[in-house]
Amino acid sequence: MGLAKRIIPCLDVDKGRVVKGVKFIDIRDAGDPVEVAKRYDSEGADEITFLDITASHEGRDTTLHTVERMASEVFIPLTVGGGVRVLEDIRALLNAGADKVGINSAAVNNPDFVRAAADRFGSQCIVVAIDAKQVNSEDEAPRWELFTHGGRQPTGLDAIAWAVRMHSYGAGEILLTSMDRDGTRDGFDLALTRAVSDAVAVPVIASGGVGNLQHLVDGIVTGGADAVLAASIFHFAEYSIGEAKRYMADRGIEMRL
Amino acid sequence: MTDFSVRIAIIDYGMGNLHSAAKAFEHVAPRAEVVVTSDAAEIAEADRVVFPGVGAIRDCMAEIVRRGFDQAVRKAISEKPVLGICVGMQALMNRSEENNGVDCLGIFPGNVRFFGRDLHDGRGNRLKVPHMGWNCVHQAIDHPMWRGIAQDERFYFVHSYFVDAAPEIVAGTCDYGRPFAAALASDNLFAVQFHPEKSHTAGLQLLKNFVSWQGR
Repeated sequence: MGLAKRIIPCLDVDKGRVVKGVKFIDIRDAGDPVEVAKRYDSEGADEITFLDITASHEGRDTTLHTVERMASEVFIPLTVGGGVRVLEDIRALLNAGADKVGINSAAVNNPDFVRAAADRFGSQCIVVAIDAKQVNSEDEAPRWELFTHGGRQPTGLDAIAWAVRMHSYGAGEILLTSMDRDGTRDGFDLALTRAVSDAVAVPVIASGGVGNLQHLVDGIVTGGADAVLAASIFHFAEYSIGEAKRYMADRGIEMRL
Repeated sequence: MTDFSVRIAIIDYGMGNLHSAAKAFEHVAPRAEVVVTSDAAEIAEADRVVFPGVGAIRDCMAEIVRRGFDQAVRKAISEKPVLGICVGMQALMNRSEENNGVDCLGIFPGNVRFFGRDLHDGRGNRLKVPHMGWNCVHQAIDHPMWRGIAQDERFYFVHSYFVDAAPEIVAGTCDYGRPFAAALASDNLFAVQFHPEKSHTAGLQLLKNFVSWQGR
């Protein structure tokens, strides 16, 4: 018995509403992130990740209010990412009840922001989100580049080296998304996951591409991830989180059941 | 005693998220009065005191001392039930290795040590630091704070430093590359390295137990 691997359902939220569709037939309001989070909590989710995709500045108050409601009803760790640019954004989210915040573009624009954030609030609440895309040609060794803006904007930076740098700047955890796999349901990019997991001493959350329960097992066993993040397989109630945990536990992975 | 008249003070020394702990207490004890406070008088008047903490120990200790909470915590422990959480538990010890060595409150014997950069489990697998996630807590003693919680139940941890305490005050242990103190108990004090406010049903049960615990 030791530390359990984690399953983290992810909610995309725009102006306080869940987007990309959640299809539980038996919850009151499947568009309400709090209702959805409560469902995942009751199914045994180990944490919740809340990705705020609200573009407008005014929408931030709605986001903070939603985080506050969620933290009053769901007593597992809550990570909030999206639009975190300055220290004041982090303070507002933590005060609203988030336990960790995800930093993505702001880290690329100003790496010292991560250092300042970890120094002020502690590494334990700073998650650096890395969106990576494979860029080598077929006859080359695998190489991944760091992208921003949902995978549209290349940075010229090597994703593995970036993960190492972010760890050294104080990131307490890495949320690693393969832009090649995101939305494909073909499974995680296991080579990428393994490369990052071996390169950093902090926990790595694998993300992007989950289509079935074996993919979750592969992310942990082959990819070396400490946690797996998924959205659609849980949103559409194809699998419950409890089922996923039992499947993984049956294959020898330490889980909280 | 019911929770009707219980006043719980959560000590706020400016080090992060106390909303979660307050909300969790309001959830398990809807009739209790929960105050997040940095006012020594409110701490003195409360029936129960929660001493939380997140972030780096150097900054925590600096704020604790600057605000005079070292005396407030000492006094509270001598009078009524006190629950230390995470860095709040670490701050009660003699000294921490974090930030190149920081003197702590020295209320309990023992030190706070780093897990190390080369941590492995019994099968030789490398373990990541921070220790982050759900791990099993083995109850080392019978204690009212463990009531209704299964032996070896999982709680949520997030920390890179652990408490190395005298065995006679260890109430629960955990294992992450090495055994360490997950909970301490001594008279009016119960302290936990994990986050009960983030540990779902078991964590809420522990907080509920704290509301009705009478201390020594």
